[in-house]
Parts: sequence; structure tokens; C-alpha cells
Amino acid sequence: MITLGDYLLVSGILFSIGFAGVMLRRNLIVILMSLELMLNAANLSLVAFSRFRLDPSGLPNYNAQVFVFFIITVAAAEIAVGLAILVALFRARQTTDVKDISSLKF
Amino acid sequence: MNSILPWIILLAPAVSAAVITLFTLRWKTVSSSISIAAVLVSFTCSCLIFAHSTIAAAEFTWIAISGIFQVPLGLTLDPLSRTMAVLVSGIGAIIHIYSLGYMRDDEGKSRYFAALSLFMFAMLGIVLANNFVMLFIFWELVGFTSYVLIGHWFYRDAAANAANKAFITTRIGDFGFMIGILTVWMATGSVVFAEVAPRMSGLTNHPTFLTIAALLIFCGAVGKSAQFPLHVWLPDAMEGPTPISALIHAATMVAAGVYMLVRVAFVIQTSQTALVIVAWIGTITAVMAALIATQQNDIKRILAYSTLSQLGYMVMAVGLASNDAAMFHLFTHAFFKALLFLAAGSVIVMLHHEQDIWRMGGLSRKLPITFVTFAVGALALAGCPPFSGFFSKDAILALAYERNTPIFAVALFTAFLTAFYVVRLLVIVFFGKARSDIANESSESPPVMTMPLIVLAVLATVAGFVFFAQNFLTLPVEKEVAIFVPVLAIVALIVGSGLAISLYRNRTHDPIDFEVLRHKFYFDEFYSWLIYWTQELLARVSAFVDRWIIDAGAVGGSSRGTWGIGALLRLIQVGNLQGYVFLFGLGIVAIIYFAVFH
Repeated sequence: MITLGDYLLVSGILFSIGFAGVMLRRNLIVILMSLELMLNAANLSLVAFSRFRLDPSGLPNYNAQVFVFFIITVAAAEIAVGLAILVALFRARQTTDVKDISSLKF
Repeated sequence: MNSILPWIILLAPAVSAAVITLFTLRWKTVSSSISIAAVLVSFTCSCLIFAHSTIAAAEFTWIAISGIFQVPLGLTLDPLSRTMAVLVSGIGAIIHIYSLGYMRDDEGKSRYFAALSLFMFAMLGIVLANNFVMLFIFWELVGFTSYVLIGHWFYRDAAANAANKAFITTRIGDFGFMIGILTVWMATGSVVFAEVAPRMSGLTNHPTFLTIAALLIFCGAVGKSAQFPLHVWLPDAMEGPTPISALIHAATMVAAGVYMLVRVAFVIQTSQTALVIVAWIGTITAVMAALIATQQNDIKRILAYSTLSQLGYMVMAVGLASNDAAMFHLFTHAFFKALLFLAAGSVIVMLHHEQDIWRMGGLSRKLPITFVTFAVGALALAGCPPFSGFFSKDAILALAYERNTPIFAVALFTAFLTAFYVVRLLVIVFFGKARSDIANESSESPPVMTMPLIVLAVLATVAGFVFFAQNFLTLPVEKEVAIFVPVLAIVALIVGSGLAISLYRNRTHDPIDFEVLRHKFYFDEFYSWLIYWTQELLARVSAFVDRWIIDAGAVGGSSRGTWGIGALLRLIQVGNLQGYVFLFGLGIVAIIYFAVFH
């Protein structure tokens, strides 16, 4: 029997992998992918909550699932903008390495 | 009956001033005619009102805040104001006519006559006003028009400065006057003389308050009548045209102070302390001005200081609680001082605006009419019987002898000094040899200037006699004891004039030299110093506040504060994306920790 705890464990592992990726990788494309991973970890836990916390009527709580749709939509928009910035940045600097993008630093 | 007639006295000059300013500035002859016509209308109406004592003036409401503040537009018509109106408009008329000659070729003749009309309006307003508010407004208007008239030749620095000085100095006194009026209004709830007078007696158990109110009102007279310590503007006012000097000095502006004191005597006389102070201020002014006059070399300045001295006498009389004596001297002084100034103006014009007495001399043969009339005025000023000055000055001396011996002694000494400087002036200007070419080539003035002199000379001679003066004034009552006073006065006169004759006969320069007196007791220097230092101090304090508190503190402080915080904050901008993420994660963990486990 797969319990809520198992889903949350998977979700936590996914989130940690995503966070580690954002923290440790230098390539902006990989960082964006890691961000997506973190968002989907959150989605997974929300869906799990929805499925395991039933209403008194016996139906799942659909609020959480609707929330997930929103997150997916916003994430798509976000990644579109992020990739557009990335392309523009690459055209200007010929690099996607975050170490080289530090001209706002004091 | 005829209740609008008194208003015509007042409004004729005002209309004239308005018409000249608005329409006839270009046509000088028309302007001067309008102005003279207006003053003659005023004079005629004044005489009519003087002759018919039953005439009352129409009264209008001006400001009425019910129960608190009532200001009517009304005129006082009592023996005092009727006499004064005749005097002011009469002397004013003579001076208007004389101005025709004196200002014949002046560029600003229209402006001059407009200002002269406005001045007459203001002065008659002071004379006729029946409440403090009107009095004060006309009082200020006199100050303003005298500023315009003294500064008539404004392109000369000396005239412009003298005009400023006159205006600002009198304004200082006026400020006290205004507070005094407010004090009286606060205490009695009225500004109308006739209503205030009976209510003053209800305040007798507040002596300090009454003294302060009286002295504040006296401040106005100190400024306007040029009493010590605000006397400094009057001699400088000689920079104006000579008829203006005559007008300001004789019956009008400076006399306004004394007239005002007499008009509001019901306030002044409620306080003995105030009376003593007033008397001593008058005495100090009298003797100080007479001392300074003995060492001046400008013919008009000598006369200016003599005016100061005579005003001192009048204020002294007010302080000795005798309005009659003060008004008597004001009355005679108006004639002989107008005469002296106009005669001096005649000398000055004929000598092409030379005013230094040491460049005159021997003029008695060149300008006989001027000489005779000037001599009449001078003798009246010195208090020589039977000229008018003798009677009025004698009345004041007798009064002083009766009420306050120290003041009498000083007043007698002043009489001696008066005789001395007057005879000095006469001897130097009219006798001996001519000390310059222009004095040698001078000739008599035209009739338009000599006629007023002759009229005034006659008036200056008879004005002191009882048969003439009693028509206009309540004469002060002479006491038995006073028989000893005129003798002393005549002795002082003889000693003073004898000394002056023996010292100054056939001299080409001044044999005595008192630096302190020539510098007028250093009053101007002292005031310059005082103003310089107070202003300097104020400027330094303001500069300090501006530079260090506003600039460095408020403005510079906030800018430097913002800059400093920014400088601190930018140290944590390391430019390492992973670093930010790590810190961000730490922050989230910290927030969750505090939110969940606390």
C-alpha cells in the first residue's frame, strides 16, 4: 500500500535534487530545468494531498488539483520568458555560464 | 447744519492729488493751479467752520463689528481742531503759493504738487479725525507723503537716503503708537476720543497700565515730532525742497506729534510718571538740539535743529500738563518757522542752491525784503519781545518755573543757546562782507516768493499778542510769580545774542570748534554702529543656522545618510548566483523553522 508519506518522500527527494541543481550547476539551462523539477515536486505533493484528504462526502479535494493546473500554466509561461532571456543573453555574451554574468556586482 | 462742509476741507486736497496724478501730470501749470485751488478751498472752508462754531460734521459708519469694534468716519470739530485746521490750511496755502516760485523750473513739478496735496489731505485728516483708527491712518499717510516729498529729488543719493531715514525712523515710533492705540482700545473698548475720555477715569487703579499706555502713545509723537532719541531724521529731511522743509517743520508734520498729544491728553494726563517722562524727553530734546545748532554750518540744518529745540519746548509743556501753553507755542512757532524756512529758501534760491553760511555774508543789502522778514522770524524764534515767540516761550518758561525747577533751569539755558545760534546765523549770513562771488552777485527774489514772506512776517509779529491769539486759542493763564521769569528770559536773550555778536562779527570762519556738537553728539554714528552690529549678529546667527543646521544637517545629512546606507548594502552584492540561491534557501529554512517550531 502506497501511503501519503511515500508520495511526500518522493516529492521531497525531487525538490532536493532540484534545489541542489539550482545551487550547484553553472549552466543556466540546467538551472532552469532544476527549477522545473522543484515546481513539479510541489505539484506532486499537492496532488497527493488532494487524493489522500477526502471530503466528508467521499470525494477528493479538487482545490489542490486546480492549483496544480495553475502552477503548470504559470511555469510554462515562466520558462518561455526565462528561455527568451537566456537566448538574448547568449546572443550578447556567447555564454550561458552564471559565473560570467556578474556585471551588476559592486 | 451744513454737515458736509467739514468734509470738503478734507477731500479737496485728496481730489486734487487724484486728479493731478491721473490726468494732468504732463501739464505742470494746470497741476499747480489745481493744487493751489484745492488748498484755498480747504482754507476757505476751514475759516467758515472757524467762524461758525455750530457746524457739525456728518458722521458715517465705517467698521461695525457689533459690540466689539466700532469705527465711525467722523470729524472732531472743537476749538482745538478748528484752530489747527485754519493754521494748517493757511500755512499750507502760503507754502503752495511760494512753491510756485521755488519749484518754477523743476522737472517733477506736477508730482511735487500732487504729493503736496496728498500731504495736506493727510495732515488735515490728523487734525480732524475723531477716533484713533482714522488718526493712525492719516498719521501713516503723513509719513508716506513726507517720504515722497523729502525724496522729491530722488536721483540724489542724499535725498533718497534722507527720505528712507525719515520714513523708517518715524515708523519705529509709529509702531509703539499702534500698540498704544490697541492698548487703549483693549482697556476701554472704544477708539472714539469722545467715548474713550470718560472711560479712562475708570482705570485709575491700574497706574502701571496707564503709564505704559500713555508712553506707548507718546512713542508716536517721539517719532513724528522728532524727539530724542528718534530726532535723527529731521535734520536730514532738509534734503527735500525748501518749501517742504517749511511745511514739515512749521505747522504740519512735526507739529502733528504735539497736536496728537494734546488731542489725547486724556490718556497722557492719567499718569504722573508718564507726564514726567514726557516733560524730560522734551527738555532733553530742547537743550540737545540747541547745543547742536550752535555748531552747524548749513543754513537749513541750523533751522532744523531750532525746530527740534522748539518742539522740545512744546513737548515739555505737554509734559507739564499744560496743553494751552503747548498749543500757544505751536501756534506762534508755525508762523515764525514757516517764515524762517521760506526766507532761507529765498536766500538759497538766489544764491543758486548754496546752503553753507560761510559762503554767504553781507546779504542784508542784496536781499532787503528777505533780510527783514528773516530777522523778524529769527527774533521771534529767539524770544525777543514784542515778537510772537517771546510770549509763547515765556508762557512755557513760567509754567516750568511753577511746576519743575530743574526743567526751568534747562529751559532757560536753552533760551540762551537759542539766542546765541539765531544771532550767529543772522550775523554770518546777512552782515559783514560777502564771502563768495555768488553771494556778491545775488539779488532779491521775485514777488511770488517775497509776498508770502511779508504775510508771514506780519503774522509772526502779531501772533503772540493776546488780542490776536485769543481768537484762536485758550491762552495759558499767567501767574503773579511769573513776572520774574520774562526778566530772566530777556537777560538770557541779551547775553546769548551779545556773545554771538562779539564772537562772530567780521569772521570768515568759525572761531570755536566743538567736535562733539559738530557731529551732533555722534547720534548718527552710534545708530549706524548699533544697526551694523545687531544686523551683523543676526546675519551671523542666520548664516550659522543656514550653513550648519539646514544645509549640513537637514539637507546634507539625509543625502549622506542615504549614501552611507547604500554603500553598506552594496557590500553584500557579490554577483554569485549560487551564493544568492544558497542564502535564499537558508532564509526559507529559517522562516519555516520559526514558523513551524515556535
